[in-house]
Amino acid sequence: MSDALSEAIPVLLVAAPILAATLPLVFGLRFDRAGWLFTTLTTSSLFVATVVLATVVYSEGTVIHQLGGYPRAYGIELVADRLSTTIALLVTGTSAGVLAYTRLGGPRGNTFYSGYLLLVGGLLGLTFTGDVFNMFVFLEITGLATYALIASGDGPESAVAGLKYLIVGTVGASLYLLGVGLLFMATGTLNMIELAEAIPQAQGGYENTLVRAAFAFVFVGFAIKVAQWPVHAWQPDAYQHAPDGVTPLVAALVSTVSAYALARVMYTVFTVDFLTQTPYAREIVITVGAVSVVAGSTLAVIQRDVKRMLAYSSVSQFGLVVAAYGLVTETALVGAVIHLVGHGIMKAGLFIAAGVIALGYGARTVDEYAGLAARRPVVAGGMAVLLIALIGIPPSVGFVGKWYIALGAVQAEVWSVAAVIFLSTMLTLAYSARLLEKMYFTPANWLEDPHAPDADVVATDGGSGPGLTRQSDRARPDAVSIGMLSIVVVAAVLAVALGFSGDLFYDWLEPFVSEVFN
Amino acid sequence: MIEYLDTHYTYVLAFVLLAIGLYMMIANENLVKKVIGVNLFQTAIFLFFVSVAYVEGGDAPIVPAETNPGELLVASPLPHVIVLTAIVVGVALTAVALALIVRIYAEYGTLREDTLREVRADE
Repeated sequence: MSDALSEAIPVLLVAAPILAATLPLVFGLRFDRAGWLFTTLTTSSLFVATVVLATVVYSEGTVIHQLGGYPRAYGIELVADRLSTTIALLVTGTSAGVLAYTRLGGPRGNTFYSGYLLLVGGLLGLTFTGDVFNMFVFLEITGLATYALIASGDGPESAVAGLKYLIVGTVGASLYLLGVGLLFMATGTLNMIELAEAIPQAQGGYENTLVRAAFAFVFVGFAIKVAQWPVHAWQPDAYQHAPDGVTPLVAALVSTVSAYALARVMYTVFTVDFLTQTPYAREIVITVGAVSVVAGSTLAVIQRDVKRMLAYSSVSQFGLVVAAYGLVTETALVGAVIHLVGHGIMKAGLFIAAGVIALGYGARTVDEYAGLAARRPVVAGGMAVLLIALIGIPPSVGFVGKWYIALGAVQAEVWSVAAVIFLSTMLTLAYSARLLEKMYFTPANWLEDPHAPDADVVATDGGSGPGLTRQSDRARPDAVSIGMLSIVVVAAVLAVALGFSGDLFYDWLEPFVSEVFN
Repeated sequence: MIEYLDTHYTYVLAFVLLAIGLYMMIANENLVKKVIGVNLFQTAIFLFFVSVAYVEGGDAPIVPAETNPGELLVASPLPHVIVLTAIVVGVALTAVALALIVRIYAEYGTLREDTLREVRADE
């Protein structure tokens, strides 16, 4: 493939979804269901384009595009290397897959699909950008689209959750911006590759107070965006109250891409030398991650609502990733990236399954899942496989990620992280097993099951309050489509199949990782 | 210390504003005032960027065509451009926040967070 064409792909990937976001609105004036069609066409073509880009990156190395032809010193670059392409594949693949649920599962309306495409564009921009200020802009585009999508739920709760996320998320992005400002003061550049060279040359090198303060601000900003304990409080509300069609997308991608951006800034901008030479930098990152792992999974165990439980589980899984960043070994970094991808696929599948169950069965709490396996064998089976993968039982992608991170912890001789990984597996087992036990071994009790579709209660509780009506109204078995079930199955199959591809992942990421560590 | 304050008082001012904005976000029960706090927080960062760009004795970075550009002393234009972009982002953010607040007010009939908590607990 010619250079000019392959260089254009990253630009297309960022610009196309943002431009296409206008189409559902325009065509929506004439056709009611235009949004889904355009979004599906756009996201599937984006996925194909990303696959093409991945083959180019594989055969010819990193693809760099300078926007408008301006040189690196003051222009903006889009960089597609092995790491960003991996994340782009996850973003485009998941965003195309989730549409199989939203076609019938909602939220309906063309404005929703405009927001959907804006979010995809923002995420891809965040993935490919090679400029730290541009990263802030895409962080905010992603954020704005996410706030709007979360608030698009029927109930008033979703607006409150959206506003909470907006306020906290803005503080996170603003702190990141402050860090960028301090870096600019110290070095006078905003390009990531130039920053990596300019930081050691700044006055005092890595000991420069501005550089150290910048790292602190950037890390705290991203910790908020990735939802690390104790600044995770926005996340469970947002995931729980978002519409069922939005949660899989947000849970699988938004925090994942923020976590990727943190890795990018830590390893490409500040570099391994900064992390190892700055006292307490690694220790703080590891501590934040490890505490999030324990706090997140402990809180997940005590939740009643399934979506909320899965949300707290995300806090702990991202804690694992952040702790792996702090280990600063090649193996742990590869493990973190595998876990990012694996967690994205598993959480997308789990949240879609939770949506399908709420739609066809009316069950939202752990107790209401009783006896699910007998009546909804396909979706219960998919969910069970994904939960087992999340625990990290081989063969599954959850196991591969955790294995590499644990290996990295042993190599770095940070035994506390190895212990935390073991503990987190136990706690993940605790909350997953609770759900598995309800689905497979607790018989459904009709009298204690007010939201069941054919219980008598349903007919009478029509106007008893927004929470109750919503649940029982949604219990329509015929609303579950083949597309929804197949996407759950695809996610489960992927979670298992990728469990065999640990070596593949390692070989694919090896050039990037060895470049970062040398 | 006094000398530092004399030349760098804008930095101090920016961080005081930043703290006030953060405090408003946390302590104020009114949702609209929380959003004003967010705006203040962001504006403080913008002011910080602008004061970083200041060059003593420098003019605005608008270079006239006829003179030799190298001889002009101007403030750094890049932080200004950054702030301009960030202001646009901030405006969009405020718009979304206010739209959400309008919806919350329509649904719950209150703008106060403590009342909101009581209303939601009752449901």
